[in-house]
Amino acid sequence: MAMAAMTRLDPGSRAASRGWSDLAIRNMFIIPTIAFLIVFNIFPLIYSLGYSFTDYRASTNQAANFVGLQNYRELLGDEFIWNNFVVTAKYVIVSVTGQVVVGFGIALLLNRAIPFKGLITTLLLLPMMMSMAVVGLFWKLLYDPSWGVINYVFHLGDFAWLSNRDAALYAVAITDIWMWSPFVMLLSLAGLSAVPKHLYEAAAIDRAGKFYTFRRITLPLVAPILLIAIIFRTMEAFKTFDLAYVMSSQDTTELISIRLYKMAFQEWQTGRSSALAYIVLIMVLAITNIYVKYLNRVKER
Amino acid sequence: MAAVRSRGQLVANRAAIAAVLVITLVFLAPIYWIGSTAFKPRALATTVPPTVFFAPEITPFIKLFTKRVQLTKPVDEATYNAAPWWEQRILDNGERVLRTGENVQLSAYPSRFMNSLIIAITSTVLAVGMGTFTAYGFSRFRVKGEQDLLFFILSTRMLPPVVVAIPMFLMYRAVGMTDTHIGLIILYTAFNLSFSVWLMKGFMDEIPKEYEEAALVDGYTRMQAFFKIVLPEAATGIAATAVFCFITAWNEYAFALIMTNRRAQTAPPFIPSQLGSGVIDWTVIAAGTFLFLLPVAIFTFALRGHLLRGVTFGAIRK
Repeated sequence: MAMAAMTRLDPGSRAASRGWSDLAIRNMFIIPTIAFLIVFNIFPLIYSLGYSFTDYRASTNQAANFVGLQNYRELLGDEFIWNNFVVTAKYVIVSVTGQVVVGFGIALLLNRAIPFKGLITTLLLLPMMMSMAVVGLFWKLLYDPSWGVINYVFHLGDFAWLSNRDAALYAVAITDIWMWSPFVMLLSLAGLSAVPKHLYEAAAIDRAGKFYTFRRITLPLVAPILLIAIIFRTMEAFKTFDLAYVMSSQDTTELISIRLYKMAFQEWQTGRSSALAYIVLIMVLAITNIYVKYLNRVKER
Repeated sequence: MAAVRSRGQLVANRAAIAAVLVITLVFLAPIYWIGSTAFKPRALATTVPPTVFFAPEITPFIKLFTKRVQLTKPVDEATYNAAPWWEQRILDNGERVLRTGENVQLSAYPSRFMNSLIIAITSTVLAVGMGTFTAYGFSRFRVKGEQDLLFFILSTRMLPPVVVAIPMFLMYRAVGMTDTHIGLIILYTAFNLSFSVWLMKGFMDEIPKEYEEAALVDGYTRMQAFFKIVLPEAATGIAATAVFCFITAWNEYAFALIMTNRRAQTAPPFIPSQLGSGVIDWTVIAAGTFLFLLPVAIFTFALRGHLLRGVTFGAIRK
């Protein structure tokens, strides 16, 4: 392995004796980062794990009382919290499906010789680089029932996207699809351009149909990278806070992150919100685990 | 291939190109609308049908940066009643006063914009600095449990901000660090650090080890080889990583909303908070949004060759 060349210089060699040892350098380079992350990410989480077993409220001076698993029991039995999870699941499904359909669709269209392809790709990627909170806010103007551009262009009259209880979640999801379809497009495009041309040529010689070629050649070869995009977007959509919080204050758009925020910083139920944070955290870590597994698998190819 | 292409394929190709152009325009429309609203006279911002052609103005930007404060003087009842109506004012507490003039002051926007700049730049420098060293460590040396450590580093990035914010808020409050620049800088550094390690590791892996080996043989120490050989080679990667970290910190909303409210508040929580105050002037909001999005738009073009790599944490290179 190439590593051997490096480690051969390790202890005792002339090169090493001139300065710090490689071991010292390695530790000096890696340990501060790990320590920083432990202090500012892991330690706070341990801190809040402790609070999740108490009835602590950060808005009062009363000392925290240990209540055991009561917070967790109550949360898991609370139908309103379950409703927040249902809203979140609905949002994840709608927005990720939308992003995959639109993003993969654009990638299929772009996967050919097109003038100014680089410029077009970069322009399409602009939305996802922008602040969800700030751009989401501006979509409120686009959705406005009386003078919004969207209702004007699609002749929807005074349809109130964001104050309609049923439509609000879809309105937020549409904005999310606008922002993140380009992400799916970018990854799909990378997958599509990696499909060897000779496979298509062989299929053409065999007079394989368009749909057959797509299903048997394109899709299987693009699938792994597309799956990465889907898992990553699922994870991000599950965590969504900014967009829905800025755009709508309906209870039908109250995603689990928004409920968590309100519980912690508006109702000041610190103990209970710490417990909810842990429930959310475990779900996110589960998705992260799947994501990293796939990432490593694709990387190895 | 071109020679065997049929007429049908050619038509299909043309149709695809046309579709791509239409889709691109649709995707850019909201951004165009922000930009155009930022230069509209207020009366044209909310018209039906929407105004597309207009004489651009910079009034929204003037309103964005200034705030008018009315100067008043307290007077007795008789003087108040005798004064012309346009000088009469009733304060919030019910006191009757006369208007003596107007004072134009700088609005809160420039200070929020500066906060965004200070916090994003400082946290980027820290995250990329530490990330570069760490990435080199992982790339060149044998580390026990390397995969587990890298997964640990990545997983800190995936934590939902609100989950981390609850304990961090309590800790910051205990030491008086809420609404401080350093408070947000720490949070953004931690958030970007994992990304920076992963992305930089990809760039480091691409620099041939032979470069340093040659330098070591020539009598350089490992540290000299790192600073004089590896860092210059990694410059492009460092720049791309820095731009990604900057954009993430620049756009961040949840931490800023929770941890700051005035002194250290950044632009993302500030711009929506303008909606709550009185009558909405969309041109001013558009102007604030336009200036805020401008650096990101420029950086996106600067990054275009590295976007794929950035969004996949360096997993997919091209």
